[in-house]
Amino acid sequence: MSRRLVLLAVLTVAACAPESQPEAGGGGGGRLADAREAAQRTFVEPGKLDEYYLFYSGGHSGQVYVAGIPSMRHIATIPVFAPYPGTGYGFDEESKKMLGEFTWGDVHHPSLSKKAGDYDGRWLFVNDNANNRLARIDLRDFKTKQILGPIANSSGNHGSAFVTENTEYALVASRFSIPIPRGTYAPLSRYATDYHGVVSGIAIDSTTGTMTVGWQIVTPPFNWDLAATGHDISGDWAVWSSYNTERATGRLEVTASQRDRDYMAFVNWRKATAAAAAGKGKIIGGVRVMDPREIPGVMYLVPLAKSPHGADFTPDGRYVVGSGKLAPYTTVFDFEKFLKAAESNDTTGSEEGIPVLRFESIKVAEVPVGLGPLHTQFDDEGYAYTSLFIESAVAKWKLGPFDGHDSSLVVAKIPVHFSVGHIVAAGGDTRHPYGKYLVSMNKLSKGRHLNVGPSQPESSQLIDITGTGMKMIYEAYSEPEPHFAQVLKADLITPIEVYPKAENKDPNAIWAAEDGKVTRRGKTVEAKIYSIRSYFAPSEVEVQQGDSVIFHVTNGEQERDMLHGFGIAGYNINVVTDPGETKTIRLKADKPGVWPFYCTNFCSAMHQEMQGYFLVRPAGAGTDVAQR
Amino acid sequence: MSLTGWLEQVLSPRARIIVLGAGALLLVALWFPLWEITMFAQMFPEGIRMWVYPYKLVGGKGGADLAGINILNHYIGMRAIHEADFPEMKFIPFALGLFFLLTLRTAIFARIHHLVDLLVLFIYFGLFSLGAFIYRMYSFGHQLDPGAPFKVAPFTPPIFGHQHIANFDVYSYPGTGTYLLGAFALILGLLLAVEARREWAASRSKTPVRAERAVLA
Repeated sequence: MSRRLVLLAVLTVAACAPESQPEAGGGGGGRLADAREAAQRTFVEPGKLDEYYLFYSGGHSGQVYVAGIPSMRHIATIPVFAPYPGTGYGFDEESKKMLGEFTWGDVHHPSLSKKAGDYDGRWLFVNDNANNRLARIDLRDFKTKQILGPIANSSGNHGSAFVTENTEYALVASRFSIPIPRGTYAPLSRYATDYHGVVSGIAIDSTTGTMTVGWQIVTPPFNWDLAATGHDISGDWAVWSSYNTERATGRLEVTASQRDRDYMAFVNWRKATAAAAAGKGKIIGGVRVMDPREIPGVMYLVPLAKSPHGADFTPDGRYVVGSGKLAPYTTVFDFEKFLKAAESNDTTGSEEGIPVLRFESIKVAEVPVGLGPLHTQFDDEGYAYTSLFIESAVAKWKLGPFDGHDSSLVVAKIPVHFSVGHIVAAGGDTRHPYGKYLVSMNKLSKGRHLNVGPSQPESSQLIDITGTGMKMIYEAYSEPEPHFAQVLKADLITPIEVYPKAENKDPNAIWAAEDGKVTRRGKTVEAKIYSIRSYFAPSEVEVQQGDSVIFHVTNGEQERDMLHGFGIAGYNINVVTDPGETKTIRLKADKPGVWPFYCTNFCSAMHQEMQGYFLVRPAGAGTDVAQR
Repeated sequence: MSLTGWLEQVLSPRARIIVLGAGALLLVALWFPLWEITMFAQMFPEGIRMWVYPYKLVGGKGGADLAGINILNHYIGMRAIHEADFPEMKFIPFALGLFFLLTLRTAIFARIHHLVDLLVLFIYFGLFSLGAFIYRMYSFGHQLDPGAPFKVAPFTPPIFGHQHIANFDVYSYPGTGTYLLGAFALILGLLLAVEARREWAASRSKTPVRAERAVLA
């Protein structure tokens, strides 16, 4: 062969870099058949219901979103940490009081209440990573009922909310260490000594769900990351992964990535509760704060590679899976072995008096799942699923036997689009996972959707996990930004559709147009407003400039979906009342003039006519109040 | 035998028991709806329901539907339906008590004319109540406020069966209570017919059945 021909051949090969990455596996007809099957599996006929609720965290939007599985249709937004004019949240006195001084939060990890390790469908607890709060949503009406916090001493409420197997506690840990109590100053140069991490046990009233801070354990200034609570044998325990056990500051991506192993913390919440009851520790920031050195057996550390993120208990509570996001495998700890090591004091050292147990005594497997393993979920057939952030994939692997053949445990892998964070398998953190579906919540969608400009949505992909493989069957785009989620069987709950009149204990509720009236006491004007299809009674509220005005708006309906809004133009007010609900608004009538109010939530054929006037007489123009 | 003679005849013990049993239906009927009205529309697929009991009005969905009906009706200027506006709710329970007493009278004294009195009065009561009910429906549908937002032609809501009104399909049917009262009248009627037939057969064969039975009784 001539030299020229060889050169030509080389050039031809070199010039043929593909336009796009070649598709793996077969193409053409096979793919189409799969797409049809996927469409059939996820199609929920108009008027038909989904099989599961998907509660996904809204991240820094501060809200919780509800979708259905398998359709992945967004059904509702539950406002939690941010005002939401759509339901009037954050405008009435009650929700304003819950929000306090904040207008945003960062929801990461929703946690359904449990009984014997399975969801009982009563409450959903969610954390606020930013302002150290915890909220409770009641699944009877899908409304936020309590926001606890900012929790004293704690900062960066990331490793939360994870409820114990009978919802005794929601467990919380600090991602960002600070000097405590909050508000204390210490320079960053004293980070290692004056800054502290905090693990908190938030007690939950078993009848009302009311949360209170039970106790706190002060820890070295590690950055606590994710948590999980145990079942059965591990039922008294919670675990947290950590990063920055280097106790570094500055550019953590470097400074906190120096050690080959960080830690997983094992905390016995039952022992902590008993110690708090026995008066251990001292009150800091109004909360009982305990030193783990004074309570033997309350806290252990176990080394875990490297900058671990996810921490998850298997359904039977026997194993804990921890994933070092910078290691290509996920580590399985045996909880029985952990208990033995703790009992026999099988340690390799300590961190500020907290025993560090011998890694080799507890680890039973390092499963080579792939690059950037984060979170692990479980199904009902003995499989685990681990998200692979760097690889943009989900690995499926067998939960044992853990006999040293770790690489044979991985049975399948599916690419996702792109950079998956959390995954949630149906019931995947309970004693009895439902199986069937898994949702991969991907941080990047990178133009897989209609182009909406630079601010791109996240993607949530539904994966069929039945059998030994995995099949991608649907893709939805999510509001920023889903972290963890919960999947609840739809038939487990029966939410109400109207608030029964008889349950409305608001002393200012009224149930007839005749009772709608405006009364004045000194400089305060109180208006009780009845809203019903399709009018407000009264439709005229007249006050004097400078008055304090209180509106009590009652929705007199008992018909489902007959909501009424009450928006006041120019006064930045919009509340929405559900059937049978009363809400209270307070404002200062500081702007004179005539300000229309109207029903903002479309109700009926005469909705447009449902309006009235808020008349503010300029100061000095007399004080009589018109009533009608 | 003459008609007056026959009317003085005494019912058999079995007939008395049947009369007593029928009377029990009157008491049972007190606890069941006499009429039920259901309205469907595109956005009310589950139906808006109202039950007319002898002594009360009950809306579906734990009572909410009654308010719902009134809210909808106010758009066409129909006046609100309130239990207090129905004198029937007072006189029907009273009348049923009275009829039970008359039933006892019939079972105890047991002359044919007691049975006739009971049946005739009851049929009158039934027709009167039905008439009053129809008139009430007529009034609701014809006394519409001329200032209402929606103008509709005066109408009579359906009394029996289905009617399409604006965007609603309205179904109106008797309830269990009415069927019980109907059964009461039917049983008494049949009893009377059986007695009359026996008398007729007896008079044809000229056999003094009655006398014999009276002796035996």
